[in-house]
Amino acid sequence: MSSSMVDPAQRSGRFAAFHIDLPLLLGLLTLLSFGLVILYSATGQSEAMMKAQIIRLGIALAVMVGIAQLNPQTFRRWALALFSIGLLMLVAVLLFGHVGKGAQRWLDLGFMKFQPSEIMKLAVPMAVAWFIASHNLPPRLGHLFVGFVMCAIPTVLIAKQPDLGTSLLIAMSGVFVLFMSGMSWRLISAIAVMVSAFAPVMWFFLMHDYQRQRVLTFLNPETDPLGSGYHIIQSKIAIGSGGVDGKGWLQGTQSQLEFLPERHTDFIFSVLSEEFGLIGVIFLLAIYLFIIGRGLIIASKAQDNFSKLVAASFTLTFFVYVFVNIGMVSGLLPVVGVPLPLVSYGGTSMVTLMAAFGVLMSVSTHKRMLANV
Amino acid sequence: MLKKRVAMQDIAAETRLFNSRAVIAMLIVCGLFSVILLNMYNLQVRSYQDYQIRSEGNRIKVLPLAPNRGLISDRNGILLAENRPVFSLELVPEQIDDIDTTLRRLAELIEITDEQQQEFLQQVRQQRRFNSIALKERLDEREVAIISVNLHRFPGVTVEARLSRHYPFGDLFTHALGYIGKINTNDLSRLEEEGRLANYAASREIGKLGLERYYEEQLHGTMGFQEVEVNNRGRVIRVLRSVPARSGKNIRLSLDVGLQLTAQQTLAENRGAIVAMDPRDGAVLAFYSNPSYDPNLFVHGISSSNYNALLHSPDRPLINRVTQGIYPPASTIKPHLALLGLETNTVQPDTRIWDPGYFTLPNSDHRFRDWKRGGHGWVDVYSAVTQSCDIYFYDLGIKLGIDRISDYMHQFGFGERTGIDIHEEASANMPSRGWKRARFNQPWYPGDTVPLSIGQSFWTATPLQLAVSTAVIINKGLMPTPHMAAEFSSADSIEQVEPGLRPSVTVIDERNWDIIADTMVRTVATVKGTAYNAFKNTDYSSAGKTGTAQVVAIAQDAKYDAAAIDERHRDNAMYIGYAPAETPTVVFAVTVENTGGGGSVGAPVGRQLLDYYFSAGVNVNE
Repeated sequence: MSSSMVDPAQRSGRFAAFHIDLPLLLGLLTLLSFGLVILYSATGQSEAMMKAQIIRLGIALAVMVGIAQLNPQTFRRWALALFSIGLLMLVAVLLFGHVGKGAQRWLDLGFMKFQPSEIMKLAVPMAVAWFIASHNLPPRLGHLFVGFVMCAIPTVLIAKQPDLGTSLLIAMSGVFVLFMSGMSWRLISAIAVMVSAFAPVMWFFLMHDYQRQRVLTFLNPETDPLGSGYHIIQSKIAIGSGGVDGKGWLQGTQSQLEFLPERHTDFIFSVLSEEFGLIGVIFLLAIYLFIIGRGLIIASKAQDNFSKLVAASFTLTFFVYVFVNIGMVSGLLPVVGVPLPLVSYGGTSMVTLMAAFGVLMSVSTHKRMLANV
Repeated sequence: MLKKRVAMQDIAAETRLFNSRAVIAMLIVCGLFSVILLNMYNLQVRSYQDYQIRSEGNRIKVLPLAPNRGLISDRNGILLAENRPVFSLELVPEQIDDIDTTLRRLAELIEITDEQQQEFLQQVRQQRRFNSIALKERLDEREVAIISVNLHRFPGVTVEARLSRHYPFGDLFTHALGYIGKINTNDLSRLEEEGRLANYAASREIGKLGLERYYEEQLHGTMGFQEVEVNNRGRVIRVLRSVPARSGKNIRLSLDVGLQLTAQQTLAENRGAIVAMDPRDGAVLAFYSNPSYDPNLFVHGISSSNYNALLHSPDRPLINRVTQGIYPPASTIKPHLALLGLETNTVQPDTRIWDPGYFTLPNSDHRFRDWKRGGHGWVDVYSAVTQSCDIYFYDLGIKLGIDRISDYMHQFGFGERTGIDIHEEASANMPSRGWKRARFNQPWYPGDTVPLSIGQSFWTATPLQLAVSTAVIINKGLMPTPHMAAEFSSADSIEQVEPGLRPSVTVIDERNWDIIADTMVRTVATVKGTAYNAFKNTDYSSAGKTGTAQVVAIAQDAKYDAAAIDERHRDNAMYIGYAPAETPTVVFAVTVENTGGGGSVGAPVGRQLLDYYFSAGVNVNE
């Protein structure tokens, strides 16, 4: 009884002083270290790419610690402003954005290129949480409707770039807030029915040809083994040939000989599966599960509804990233271009994710101080 | 009041609600992770074998290695067919950003025809992008130099060297050696039938004609392979296992370059054939058909204009006159018939016949002429052969009858293939009653036998058959199987070709062989002999028989006037001979088309051949 009263933050007072949640930090550092080990193999032992990734990691960790110093109430105050700025930027992207790889996602600010959708990954759940938490829980139907609209506007704007994967993830991060706020099961079922009714509309009117192709390929990759199905087939060969204990670090033939496409970005999970086998997969999933579990514990222990909802939404969105990436490279889901969080090579999404974990740490460490006051 | 009620918060209820949602969320997370794990179990444990095999199939490729083709040399080791490096301009499409621009820029450096570009672009569409595709083959040295210095400007462009067949003597050995050419669909299906297709995975060419075709199996060698690890672009990362190719066997022929050149020079512009061989073992010393053509044209695929020129040339250069030239043997077969006369006691050595210059069958006034107007007077078997008396053999032929002639001449190899080691061989025709019935649905008339007795009408023979039949006389009944290959050698073995002598003609009286040989010696050595003038003053002895073959029938009592008739209807000059007369080491047959008499044209060609043969010591055992 008395032990449950002792918070871990108290036991590690020094970390609490820096607003660091120790279990979460340990989980993240384990994941990042393991990620670097896989990345070294997946980049073909490129020291230049390793260096770039480590620098990004340093920046991302600094951003996380920096954000952790802010009080959750600060996020609450700024949520709406951040959301509005994000919306303006998305409109700007559609009007003047930089075109890359057939999609308009980047905003060139002169000194740097910037993807406004990254801001929205944080801004949407925070804004929806701000709105929902400013009323009693569970939210009323009208409030839920406003919440849905707040999700829908950025979703549609990002989908038009077109970046269907990110837009759906952002929509989901907002919906998670509504789910956690206690939206009734009846409503959830009704929405599920509506979404499935909406699917054909999306297929025929909103999806681009290449997106439809991805879905078709996902449904039957062997029909086009040299075209778009090639990625999925090669990825499954890499995973399957890894077996239980893997081919050994740097020994994966599918990845080292480049049969595996995008091996250091979207398909890095296949490299891990090939070289470390089922054992490596279980280890990685255990780390993810630990981080997600810790995130939900932080959420449930948060003192105010805004903090609870934001923390839970970030955590669940993080899980969706993991699930969608692994699902897509192992043939459970269509290829939508979602990186494996905190493991794949690449900058923007990593900084955004670590910023989200910074918010979690802030939620985790500031309530005690608030209570102590 | 209302506003305050709205603001009222039930914190405990809200916490309970949130926590229950958090638990549900965590359960969903665990559920979905289980789905992932189950899928991983399926891929990595249950389907492990399947994916393991597919992964190996991805990374391991087997590259076939073509063996080097065996070399062919003459009896003294002079190379007649060799492998030379040739250079081709090759492009790897995967490494080239803009193929059209690259082609344009290459065409500015060296000549590249539109045909070559079209062919190349078609290959680009058909093949994998990492395969190297030839744009221009057989670059000359200047082109190799130009491309090489500019190579840095063309990523993905290479100059590749590979070995290619070359025949340094050009047209001299074409009808003997034949040539190799690109493997076509016919070759592929034949190889598949014979179960040898797998050995050709890396080979581009195959023997198409002559010795190259006949000894394809020995010359080709055994394919090797490399088991390599490749990356996704097919580039070889490392060699896992390597089995080197085994070169084909080298073949040393019994042909002699010098004798062959002599044959070519003596025939000069005339159509004809010369074949010489050792009667003791059938080893062919000279094998030449005129006109010939350059076999190197065929190695890389002959252009259709060149091929049509060869195919439609009135001189028929593609015909191998030594083995496919079907000529009336004319008087060259008189010694053979004389032997049959003696053996059957139809004539005795001293039997004399009156030759008035013509011959008539009983109850007929058709006169069969002798080549000599006025006739030879009284002739016996010696003078009949040496002076080539037609009337003696008309008479003998009628007495022997077609059946005995046909049977016996078959034993000398007429109407049969000799079995020489090339496939291009005709059996020509030794007629019989049955043959005429089958061919013309007519009975055999005595009038058919008369011209047959001097080697005309239906009787035809190849020069090689004439040489072999003469060897039978020399060998007293033993027939050699002619062969051009003498020795096969590889890195670890040398194998001699065994002489093939088989009993073919049997006689009752062995002395008859000497009589026949004597008639041939006298043809050369006595003043009245038809070959006397040609072989005057030789420092060696020889024997022979002339022949003058009518190509078209001459009308009754009309005189043959060479100048008055079309060139192609003039007589063929024939000569068969051997030397030295006592212990022959060489037997030969000469045919010169449409030039005139065997004594005036054929025998002098034989003389030049033998002069060279003895002065150069061609067939002298070391």
